[in-house]
Amino acid sequence: MQELQVILSGVAQGCIYGLIALGFVLIYKATETVSFAQGELMMLGAFCGLAFVTYLQLPFALAVVASMLVMASIGWLIERVVINPVLGEPAFAIVMLTIGIGYVVRGGITMIPDIGTETHSFEVPYKDISFNLGGVVLGATQLVVIGSTAVLCAVLYAVFKYSRVGIAMQATSQNQLAAYYMGIPVKRLNSMVWALAAAVAAIAGLLLAPITFVHANMGFIGLKAFPAAVVGGFGSLPGAIVGGIIIGVVEAMAGFWLPEGFKDVAAYVVVLLMLVFKPNGLFGDKLRKKV
Amino acid sequence: MRFIFKTRYDQDIQLAKHSGHVWAYSLLLLLLCLAPWLMEEYWLAQLTFVLIYGIVGLGLMVLAGFTGLFSIGHAAFMGVGAYVAAVLSGHGVSFPISVTMAAGLSAIVGAVVGLPALRVKGIYLGIATLAFGFIVEEGLARWESVTGGNAGIHVKVVSILGWQANSGEKFYAVCLVLAVLCTLAVLNVLRSPTGRAFVAIRDSEISAQSMGIHLAYYKTLSFMMSSALAGIGGALYAHKMQFISPDQFGILQSVDLLLMVVIGGLGSVHGAFLGAIFLITMPQLITLGKDFLPAFIGQAPGLQAVVYGLVLIGFVMFEPMGLYGRWLKIRTWFELFPFYRKGMFKRQKSFQKSDRLK
Amino acid sequence: MSNILLSAHDLTVRFGGVLAVNGVSFEVRQGEVFTLIGPNGAGKTTVFNLISRIYTPTSGYLDYQGQRLSDVPAHAVAAMGIARTFQNIELFEHATVLQNLLIGLHVHNRIGFWRQMLFTPTVRDAERATRQKVEEVIDFLDLQHYRDTLVAGLPYGVRKVVELARALCTDPQLLLLDEPSSGLNVEETADMAFWIQDIQQDLGITVLMVEHDMSLVSKVSNRVLAMNQGEVLAVGEPAQVQAHPAVIEAYLGGSFNAANLRRKA
Repeated sequence: MQELQVILSGVAQGCIYGLIALGFVLIYKATETVSFAQGELMMLGAFCGLAFVTYLQLPFALAVVASMLVMASIGWLIERVVINPVLGEPAFAIVMLTIGIGYVVRGGITMIPDIGTETHSFEVPYKDISFNLGGVVLGATQLVVIGSTAVLCAVLYAVFKYSRVGIAMQATSQNQLAAYYMGIPVKRLNSMVWALAAAVAAIAGLLLAPITFVHANMGFIGLKAFPAAVVGGFGSLPGAIVGGIIIGVVEAMAGFWLPEGFKDVAAYVVVLLMLVFKPNGLFGDKLRKKV
Repeated sequence: MRFIFKTRYDQDIQLAKHSGHVWAYSLLLLLLCLAPWLMEEYWLAQLTFVLIYGIVGLGLMVLAGFTGLFSIGHAAFMGVGAYVAAVLSGHGVSFPISVTMAAGLSAIVGAVVGLPALRVKGIYLGIATLAFGFIVEEGLARWESVTGGNAGIHVKVVSILGWQANSGEKFYAVCLVLAVLCTLAVLNVLRSPTGRAFVAIRDSEISAQSMGIHLAYYKTLSFMMSSALAGIGGALYAHKMQFISPDQFGILQSVDLLLMVVIGGLGSVHGAFLGAIFLITMPQLITLGKDFLPAFIGQAPGLQAVVYGLVLIGFVMFEPMGLYGRWLKIRTWFELFPFYRKGMFKRQKSFQKSDRLK
Repeated sequence: MSNILLSAHDLTVRFGGVLAVNGVSFEVRQGEVFTLIGPNGAGKTTVFNLISRIYTPTSGYLDYQGQRLSDVPAHAVAAMGIARTFQNIELFEHATVLQNLLIGLHVHNRIGFWRQMLFTPTVRDAERATRQKVEEVIDFLDLQHYRDTLVAGLPYGVRKVVELARALCTDPQLLLLDEPSSGLNVEETADMAFWIQDIQQDLGITVLMVEHDMSLVSKVSNRVLAMNQGEVLAVGEPAQVQAHPAVIEAYLGGSFNAANLRRKA
């Protein structure tokens, strides 16, 4: 029974990793840039939620929507101001740029007097609810995480498959130049992708907040999302979620059965094993230069 | 304007391209040798750190700047070198031996970390090195019998056959000698077939292969060389700090190292040292500037992170060639005055997916 | 008269469901210029990639100077004396022309890593010798102006020549040229034709090339092989092959009727 508990919390944690990974995979697919800022954006999203719920006393649902909108605009802004001018530079330079963005966000939050440096609890309506199924205690928090991730995936799937915007995003991710020729506003779409990724990060932050509390170092969890994206295969959206869940479950099981310290590195061991056996991840495509 | 008439192949092969170079670098070396007498203790200590980080930066520059393999967990190699030096000197082993062992062990770890490089590229390699970085850091923390775990261990002073570097000046001398030797070694490798093979791998693996370059051998060599240098830097770091713990070699240190090579100028040996100078002086500048800023900014704990982030963003956006690139532009402006044209250093951007597949 | 340098026996390459090369066999004799022609997608570059060991044949084999090529790893091909140029130039963009050519001589390097690190006099002598050989190639192809220019800043025509120079620097016995005249104007193509002839006659190098420009093909080739859809159509003298009915059909399609192409008004 305890095993199930452990696995469930692993799945929930894994969904968070998966959501953050989803953010980078979205950005990678659209613009071929890897963004190391997703973790910090997630943290910022959590702080937004905190601001709306605790300080502005907004009803929870409204706070969630408001946080998503605020983060989406921040994502848009970041893309416009900082990312767009450097597209075309070597990939590594852009990675460093996003690390810089992460530093600025983290430092900026810490600079807010009193709020930035403290850890805050996050009031959610489902905080104290739990279900008891035959001896297994399922916290509503974890169920909400898993449920929201599932809903979000379904929504994104529908958007990418059926809406014009989604199809246009797929087009730009496969061949930017051709997309330009077809009249797709590539620059605007890139900004939208960043806005979307930031909104997804916000959701991840809001879901994580009741579990780890809101504090400026939340973003470091984002580092574990990279193994999730790699395990799933860097160009694959469902891969990101699957990868995240795998990492989350392995991590939870390592924490339960293995001696101390293994839990922290479990994610990294998994990713190394994956790179040995299946270098392109579970769902990634093998990209070869054609000469 | 300086015209260099080339009459011998040696002029291209040798390190100093013209007499101006010889003068300038000799002067630099002289000043560095005289530094203990010219500078006060605090600044000498900072210069020592510049030399130490410069050595590590050389390693990362060879790997990332010249071979194009990005290592996001490089501090792990520093950590290995640091602990080897700490443990061996604790057992009374003489410094030349302990630093050689540090370099050697780091090189072996580097070869292991480099294994994924033989199969994967780009971000996948970056994540693999990130993963290794975390694993090594955790390993250092868990192997308590040897490393003392998270509590850290004390490091004895450098001792070479009885002579002890028990003052700032003496330790500085040790660092200077090692820095000069490492720089010469790297410069020599870069002007030899091996260095050219590294550059070939960076620019086009497929044609490097068709030119007879054994990819696996050279990639592993690059990893080993770069981690050996990081190990030497780590050993010196351990002796300087006199106390090390695993958290000093984690992701934050790795990012600092990357910051150093990017801001210094990727793809140049000068960049490693310029980046080191930046990394060491930036906190000093921030501390100095704090008094001039309004309290709510100046005293905030996040100020350093924000400044680092802004500088990094600024460099990538406005000066992708880094400090060395900016120096080249300034120097060219003076050399060509008044004929300098704005677009002289413009680099081609690559957008298409097909361009990125390497 | 001359011996066989390279022979292909029933080469077949399958990529998933696509049969890129199907049962291709041919022989390249020492000292000749042997050209592969055929419409786009015929599998010509795939054959080159098989020789350079970038691909492995699904079945069939290649023999080079008596050695089975399938046992040789990709990086060892240059040491055997096979050099190639690439269809979409694969130069080292962020290096100068000189550095690109020096890399071409890598395959002849005999000095180990440690001596390079110390830059012993042996290394220095080897560097001078390498530079000397590179200068010979530079003189051969008139690249003196461009020695210290970064490849990224060179015009396309010059890059093609640098690519050729780099391949020559490996001191090959067999040179694979993948569409040497593509993207070149008339004068540059004429120069290329002269260089190919010089390479064959003065340097004694066997040339295997893929080409679309028929005038260049007729001018320099000793023998031609026509391919279409992965299969061999005809082999022989240039004029023979170009007049072969199957070859004409491959290029122009079945009954060529200009009236059918006119737009319905």
